[in-house]
Amino acid sequence: MSRGHYKIFLGMAAGVGKTYRMLQEGRAELTAGRDVAIGYLEPHKRQETSDQAIGLEAVPRRGVSYREVEVEEMDLAALLARAPDLALIDELAHSNAPGLVHEKRYEDIAEALDAGIDVYSTVNVQHLESLNDQVAELTGVRVRETVPDSVLGTADEVVLIDLTPEALVARLRAGKIYPGENIDAALNNFFRIENLAALREVSLRQVAEDVEAKRLTLHVAEPLGTREERVVSEVPKAVGERLLALVRPTPSSQRLVRRAWRSAQRLGTDLDLLWVKTPGKPVEGEVERQVTALRQLASVLGATLLIEEHDDLVAAAARVVRERGSTYLMVGESLPRRGFARLREPLPQRLMNATPAGVDVRIVAHRGSREEGG
Amino acid sequence: MIEHFLVGFALLLGFFGGYLIASSRRHGKRSERPREVHQILLPFAGTEISCRAVDAALRLARAEEATLMPAYLATVPKQLPLDCAIPNEAAGAMSILEAIEQRATGQGVPVDARIERGRSYRHALRRLLEHERFDRVVVPATSTGGTGLSGEDMVWLLRKAPAEVLILRPSPSDDARVFAAARAK
Repeated sequence: MSRGHYKIFLGMAAGVGKTYRMLQEGRAELTAGRDVAIGYLEPHKRQETSDQAIGLEAVPRRGVSYREVEVEEMDLAALLARAPDLALIDELAHSNAPGLVHEKRYEDIAEALDAGIDVYSTVNVQHLESLNDQVAELTGVRVRETVPDSVLGTADEVVLIDLTPEALVARLRAGKIYPGENIDAALNNFFRIENLAALREVSLRQVAEDVEAKRLTLHVAEPLGTREERVVSEVPKAVGERLLALVRPTPSSQRLVRRAWRSAQRLGTDLDLLWVKTPGKPVEGEVERQVTALRQLASVLGATLLIEEHDDLVAAAARVVRERGSTYLMVGESLPRRGFARLREPLPQRLMNATPAGVDVRIVAHRGSREEGG
Repeated sequence: MIEHFLVGFALLLGFFGGYLIASSRRHGKRSERPREVHQILLPFAGTEISCRAVDAALRLARAEEATLMPAYLATVPKQLPLDCAIPNEAAGAMSILEAIEQRATGQGVPVDARIERGRSYRHALRRLLEHERFDRVVVPATSTGGTGLSGEDMVWLLRKAPAEVLILRPSPSDDARVFAAARAK
């Protein structure tokens, strides 16, 4: 049985419309003829949200007694028995009451996915473990229910439900998020414009990083398929620029790295360094020392040093350009060519020919030659 | 007629063979040239370094046909991992390293720069001493106390560095900073 498709609706705060959108998409699937059921819904007494749930079947909840209070939780066993094509399960970061199969709802979701059920779910950015401290620092509010970031990584799709802070505050004032008596308190605490702006930035970054990580993983892992797929794969997928500098383990490469890094800083983009190592040649002595120095420099600058073993520099560089979605390729000035090497096309020309159209190749002059040339 | 052709062919082969051998020897010489570890370390911290210190290190390097290793000592706050990226601090270091390299190239001295991180300048220096080899260390003492290495750091360096240490006395000419010079160009 293949694993279900997992889609997460991520928001910067309560009230941006994650649950609403999840239900809306669930209804669209239902209309398209799929078997859709609500596994768990938390409408927070929001009328617009409740309206979206009309017509969608809900799997009955399970009552659990916790500290002498009766609480309702998602009934995982009932959902698995019902086995819809698509289950809508709100608030994946929720902690289940003691006595249930799993401590956390995202673990329930994982089991439903393993059973082949597609799942749509929701989460706010401050519930992500790695961002919890950052968000608490920004907003002064710390949430107790956190989920590992890897949960986001397991999703096939992450949809950011974005709203400007001003629009969210307007929704709050209109009573669309909390009941009237709670509005002032919310506006004075969590729902301040500066808080929301910071949370929005964190959410946007998180999704951008997730998209980037998935893009790189897909690109490396998936074999090329049909011609159409190959054509699509040729198109650089990065939205912005990405620099790749071809380096060698020599002190002279440091200048190239510095130049490349400055360019990356100006473009506000990432920098990759690539050394294409001759196969079978041991990395020892001076070469090892220089590789360590390059690694150190890359780490200081926040760049990524890639080492590829290949006997064809141009082929290896072209492959990495495709995999990383590089848009600029920077190379150092070549040594004067001797012997039969003079008959070959110059390296920058060969790189231009081998890399996808649109990738610029830039040559960084050697300091000595620049000065000699005046 | 055939003999002439064979002689001509043999001459052609000989010519290409000789060319190939000469070519491979030339490449061989370049890669097999014995290279001693002969480096002069110039550690510095902060946003500037005195021209006098750089020039002294370059003079030594030139006289001894050594490589100059300017090393920027960066401090990483305790709440951050020691191996974290420090782009803001690196940006300042880059300008100084570029300026030093520019001066060194003018004097024909090879440069092999480093940026070393530590919790303090001394910690960064200790990490540098652990994994780099050099024969001399040139350190400028600052008259102002400023952002560079402290007197205690110098004493520590004298005791721990496995090389000759040259500490330059502060001088009014220290006001001529390499960074400023580089910016003026």
